Amino acid sequence: MKKTMIALAAAAAMASLTAGAQAQEKLKACWVYVGPIGDFGYSYQHDQGRLQVEKELGDKVETSYLENVPEGPDSDRAFERLAREGCKIIFGTSFGFMDSMVKVAAKFPDIKFEHATGYKKSDNLAIYNARFYEGRYILGQIAAKESKKGLAGYIVSFPIPEVVMGINSFMLGAQSVNPDFKIKIVWVNSWFDPGKEADAAKALFDQGADIIVQHTDSTAALQVAEERGLKGFGQSSDMAKFAPKAQMTAIVDDWAPYYLERVKAALDGSWKTSDTWGGIKDGEVVMSPYANMSDETKKMAEETEAKIKGGWNPFTGPVMKQDGSEFLKDGQVADDATLLGMNFYVKGVDDKLPQ
Amino acid sequence: MGMLEAILLTIATASTPLLIAALGELVVERSGVLNLGTEGMMLMGAVTGFGVALSTGSPWLGALAAILVGAVFSLLFGILALSFVTNQVATGLALTLLGTGFSGMLGVGFVGQPGVRMTNIYIPGLSDLPLVGRLLFGQDPLFYLSIVLVIAVSWFLFRTRAGLTLRAVGDNHGSAHALGISVIGIRYLAVMFGGACAGLAGAQLSLVYTPQWVENMTAGRGWIALALVVFASWRPWRVLAGAYLFGAITIAQLHIQAINLGDLSFLPGPLYALAAGVKSLPSQFLSALPYLATVLVLVLISRNKRLTMMNTPASLGSAFVPDR
Amino acid sequence: MRIELIKRPQRSALFSVVSPFIALGLTVVVGAIMFALLGKNPVMALYYYFIDPLLEVWSWHELAIKAAPLILIGVGLAICFRSNNWNIGAEGQLIIGAIVGSIIPVMFPDFQTWLTLPLMLLMGIVGGAAYGAIPAFLKTRFNTNEILTSLMLVYVAQLVLDWVVRGPWRDPKGFNFPQTIQFSPAATLPEIMPMSGRANWGFVFAIVAALLLWFMLSRMLKGFEVRVLGQSPRAGRFAGFSSSRMVFFAFLISGGLAGLAGISEVSGAIGKLQPTISPGYGFTAIIVAFLGRLNPLGIIFSGLLLALTYLGGEAAQISLGVSDKVVRAFQGILLFFVLAADTLILYRIRLVRPVAKTMETAPSPAPVEVTHGNA
Repeated sequence: MKKTMIALAAAAAMASLTAGAQAQEKLKACWVYVGPIGDFGYSYQHDQGRLQVEKELGDKVETSYLENVPEGPDSDRAFERLAREGCKIIFGTSFGFMDSMVKVAAKFPDIKFEHATGYKKSDNLAIYNARFYEGRYILGQIAAKESKKGLAGYIVSFPIPEVVMGINSFMLGAQSVNPDFKIKIVWVNSWFDPGKEADAAKALFDQGADIIVQHTDSTAALQVAEERGLKGFGQSSDMAKFAPKAQMTAIVDDWAPYYLERVKAALDGSWKTSDTWGGIKDGEVVMSPYANMSDETKKMAEETEAKIKGGWNPFTGPVMKQDGSEFLKDGQVADDATLLGMNFYVKGVDDKLPQ
Repeated sequence: MGMLEAILLTIATASTPLLIAALGELVVERSGVLNLGTEGMMLMGAVTGFGVALSTGSPWLGALAAILVGAVFSLLFGILALSFVTNQVATGLALTLLGTGFSGMLGVGFVGQPGVRMTNIYIPGLSDLPLVGRLLFGQDPLFYLSIVLVIAVSWFLFRTRAGLTLRAVGDNHGSAHALGISVIGIRYLAVMFGGACAGLAGAQLSLVYTPQWVENMTAGRGWIALALVVFASWRPWRVLAGAYLFGAITIAQLHIQAINLGDLSFLPGPLYALAAGVKSLPSQFLSALPYLATVLVLVLISRNKRLTMMNTPASLGSAFVPDR
Repeated sequence: MRIELIKRPQRSALFSVVSPFIALGLTVVVGAIMFALLGKNPVMALYYYFIDPLLEVWSWHELAIKAAPLILIGVGLAICFRSNNWNIGAEGQLIIGAIVGSIIPVMFPDFQTWLTLPLMLLMGIVGGAAYGAIPAFLKTRFNTNEILTSLMLVYVAQLVLDWVVRGPWRDPKGFNFPQTIQFSPAATLPEIMPMSGRANWGFVFAIVAALLLWFMLSRMLKGFEVRVLGQSPRAGRFAGFSSSRMVFFAFLISGGLAGLAGISEVSGAIGKLQPTISPGYGFTAIIVAFLGRLNPLGIIFSGLLLALTYLGGEAAQISLGVSDKVVRAFQGILLFFVLAADTLILYRIRLVRPVAKTMETAPSPAPVEVTHGNA
């Protein structure tokens, strides 16, 4: 018994020694994902960002990740473990990691933490997010221009501000082209269930929509559009491979620029806590090549993209709320706090927001 | 294509995997064995079907491979539950765990790759019939196969000697053994048939329903298939009815959501108010409907104790050891 | 060649002790092969799985946190499975327990006395037990299969939780994100030894529950009743035991413990309600129950062992890049071997050549019925 204990201790010492030696050579950057990196959606795109960091800074940085980490005690442990394993900068990519990260960041003041989509910040906990709604405005314009029936189907996961913001931005874009444009909304109560997303797409097409928009992660809805010869948009990743004739464009989450910038800052010691909400301008939100649409539509989309790049915000007044009350006065721009807590529809959305 | 016709087609696609998997499990349970590993076997079938179709370009080979892998994978359950007489519930759960893990490991390279869809077969002339044309004569091959399977399983169980033997084994393995029937042998075959069906049902998901591979893409359909078997009180045609009922409820709740109240303004007052009431239910409640409906139907069906006793394989779930 | 089982005249004392170790040994061997096939160093992988998480004190605390709900639910399920009641909906009972227990801190956040926490725990137990009573009621009253109803109710419970945290109970100051307000300190389950780690009293509850149920099963008449009704309902009826009451007893105990696990998790480890509060503890506990051979004391160890595979899985993922899917496959393999090894307790295994069979004359058929449960 004693012998084995000694052997084990020796093995442990060896392991920690080698780990220590490696950590001295390279900066260790770590990621925690809420889903599997095999979702070809949200977590996949974050991991692509990690791989880009590894590719460009591989001689100075080594990376690790934990996938499928449930929010709660498991995420507490995940961050604590990574902190103890010598990670110097840790990215958490789900809103639900917020409290875990706040706790662990307070415990390890020398380690830099980065939380995506959250709102709690501290000296060693930065927050970052992407303005996906900018892309959704463009989708709205394209849909209104290309739809023959003036009706799009919208598949959504959960009624969180991010999603509601997206619906509103889409609608504002569509109304800028066709004031009578309509959408039908289906909540599938899941970020990822290909079968259900396909069924929802079919239901929406059957009810007369000829364009599908999604705020869920799988490629299933686009595949349905492809089969039916109708159109749609990709989500998170460029899904053109799955629907070469149906995908008009996709809102691609490109986290690589942000990750590269922050890891470099950690390397040269210039890292400071921050609140970054990057958009099309910053290369975090990328519109994949416009396709399967008229040249006129394409031109309009490109112009809008350029306008947003120039600093224009889709949530610029006048905008009415669904009930007809005023949301933004003429020329007024929505502030970030309002957007981040958005829980109402804009005028013209014929649906009741689940509360 | 009319709207009703389109909805029926959607329901058929959503119901087919449930139907195929449930038919397999029905045969397993008729032989007196309870295999709760359907979800895991479906996932193995889904990943195999996708992978083979992708590498060979033939969804047919994919489906075939899924059948084989499903059958072989179910053998793991067979060896333990039948030869080692382990607890069937626990062994089935272990199979599901294993299938979930293995399929995820095998499928790593398939993520983000568009799959090969099985093309529909149109029967000339007939598929143009109004309303039912596409539904009955213009569908994917696995739809036809699922219907053929219902007929075949029904015929086998109730019209053939082998089927009678299988039911005898499920109803009273002691007597069956006394008659010189190889109880364990028949159960092995039944378990493998169940595995093959589950594998095929998984392939339907990754080759027809949504031609792609993602982890856990069955999303609980294997469990629904298990519920359908009891729901159908172990009768093939009732499995068909149950699978389509479940599919219809699933699709209906999506349609209820998609209809805007604005579309319904033509309705007379009370009906409009009813529609508005339904629309104001939380979407979680609509999502829960299929499960609540399953519980309700299970209750209705099993309420009549004598009737269920008549159909339930009496030896279901109990192990058998020939003594010599 | 085929396998033939020969029933032992009595349980093998030897194999009762060694079979879990045989299973563990085989799992390690197969696991090592699996890692080698994945191109990872099997020795290192097994080291990270089973040893690395045990080297630091904070990690023991994490082990206790992870094991607590597994043990709590596992011992309750042991009563169910031993009495032949197939509750596989503990996950739903956990969720409903957590919701009911959270009524006080969410709806009456100003009620902060020494009574707050005990009341919450009690309500959690009641909530879980009540939800567990549904399949029990359907089974006894309508003869409905409890495996399926308890499972369907899991999905329903998840949607109910989803609805409360996105709807009525959403934190008004939380930017509309789906979560309730943070529980007050009075509503938070304290940590046992805050100096060295985060483990909370949930682990103590788990150990106490296991000891109590062990005592009941092995030393009390009720335990005898559980075993008799599980092995043979007819014999049980003959002895004057009511199988309907046993169904309720088993479901109320296991539902209540699952509810306690739920509220302990929410109040101790998470501190609020959110859309997902359990990574499938209710299902994993089924493995824990069988791994512990449906014996409450065994379940303490199996709960810790399974918790270790989660922690070890993370260690292997960070250090070797082993995918987290491997953890699931690994747990499946472990359960397979445990089940197979347990067969050795009741049977001897003999390999028979086909030749032998043809030479035999008419076999004397006297089949043996084997019922569930390993008692």
